Amino acid sequence: MTRFPDTWAFRSPRARLAIWFGWLCLVALFVYCWQVMTANTIWMFIWDAPRQAADIGERMFPPRLSYLPELLIPLWDTLNMATLGTLLGVILAVPIAFLAARNTSPSVLILRPIALFIIVASRSINSLIWALLLVAILGPGLLAGIIAIGLRSIGFIGKLLYEAIEETDIRQIEAVTATGACPAQVLNYGIIPQILPAFWGITVFRWDINIRESAILGLVGAGGLGLKLQASLNVLAWPQVTMILVVILATVVLSEWISAKVRQAII
Amino acid sequence: MLTLTNLTKTYRTGDKALADVSLTFPKGQVVGLIGPSGAGKSTLIRCINRLVEPTSGKITLSGTELTGLPPRALRQQRRRIGMIFQEYALVERLTVMENVLSGRLGYVSFLQSFTRRFPPADIERAYRLLDRVGLMEQADKRADALSGGQRQRVGIARALSQEPELLLVDEPTASLDPKTSRQIMRLLIEICAERSLPAIVNIHDVPLAQQFMQRIIGLRAGRVVFDGPPEALTESVLTTIYGAEDWTAMRKDGEADRAAEAEAVARLAALTA
Repeated sequence: MTRFPDTWAFRSPRARLAIWFGWLCLVALFVYCWQVMTANTIWMFIWDAPRQAADIGERMFPPRLSYLPELLIPLWDTLNMATLGTLLGVILAVPIAFLAARNTSPSVLILRPIALFIIVASRSINSLIWALLLVAILGPGLLAGIIAIGLRSIGFIGKLLYEAIEETDIRQIEAVTATGACPAQVLNYGIIPQILPAFWGITVFRWDINIRESAILGLVGAGGLGLKLQASLNVLAWPQVTMILVVILATVVLSEWISAKVRQAII
Repeated sequence: MLTLTNLTKTYRTGDKALADVSLTFPKGQVVGLIGPSGAGKSTLIRCINRLVEPTSGKITLSGTELTGLPPRALRQQRRRIGMIFQEYALVERLTVMENVLSGRLGYVSFLQSFTRRFPPADIERAYRLLDRVGLMEQADKRADALSGGQRQRVGIARALSQEPELLLVDEPTASLDPKTSRQIMRLLIEICAERSLPAIVNIHDVPLAQQFMQRIIGLRAGRVVFDGPPEALTESVLTTIYGAEDWTAMRKDGEADRAAEAEAVARLAALTA
């Protein structure tokens, strides 16, 4: 009769040692970072913090409801900025996504890296920075905001969309190719039906994010609610600030609800 | 008539999928291609309509050489070759009708196909084919709402809507249950007979191949090791194709399967009665 071992270990001793050492390094790093962080802290401010927070809180409450009518037009501007910016982003991102996806890119060696670079560049710059640049170039106003939102959206939509394109089922595409379809028809019949749900999901998700982002773009002069926020902060009109925050919160909750509904409907 | 001359395919990884295959397929013949996994059955079929680019050799379909054709001419030739896939390969999110009409893509302009405005003759043909495969009622359903057997019927209708001169069939029954497999094979054979359409069928179910095919080609490691009528497929031939195995036992297993299936059907009938 053969004897079989009655012990079995999930990891080799070597792997266990490596994992233990990894955790040790992480703890050491944490301790070091804690020291760096506390070295430059003025503790007096920290002890004071609860009192300061309570003070501002007191001044912020109650929100000034009579300020609401004045916010409606900036709110409309904010929504338009988010929607038009998303639209611009989608229009620019779709061709870039097809250039970036390995299975649809016409030239993997040249165009694909360019498309990937555009996606990375757009993603690495925050919309607030885009807006700052564009306000300097185009002057303050909604247009700068729309373009900033659009440029930032390219990376997000482009990246998620090109991943969706790369995950398409090759057999469905092969089947359409085998009928003698031309490349545009293969795209139309084989690829687009497969990525359409992902496309709508990504677009609505980005629109939802853009509403949140466009609410603050006014801080750098790109119009919308942020402009009001900045004006109120400058004159220390705290009840107005609270009112603006309440409006932003309500808008975001609403947009999140819409985007959840839309995504539910298409999946 | 389809002729393959010294067809060879070596993949970039160095795997030799096909080595010097020469075969002739006369008009109206239904040929079964059998062999173990990795023998090159799928590659052989895909070389014919150049979904896989052959490394060397020649493919001629009734006088036209397919190898070396530029993209546009290749697309025109692909229209003459219908293909039916393992696991159906329908475009899941399109309707049954769109899937069947997609067989006409090679004949219509991009604009026509984009707006889904196909010529009346194409639409009439599509309905006729859906009726032939028994799916008239499902025309406007989405392909992913159908069962496996129904999807493969749509696959057949799509291939036929090309009005092909040759059918390439890649493991048509691999993801179907035994009963549906037989129904699908029977349908395929009937349709080929109706139109005297030649077909090359990849199949790894040997009893099924013997039951339905007029001629069987055995592939092993990219080479043709058997070419003859199904009756000539003896145990020693099967051993050359697949390696040693108890073939009589496997055939008995097949019979046992069929007996079990009949029994299950009877039990179901009793339940519903």
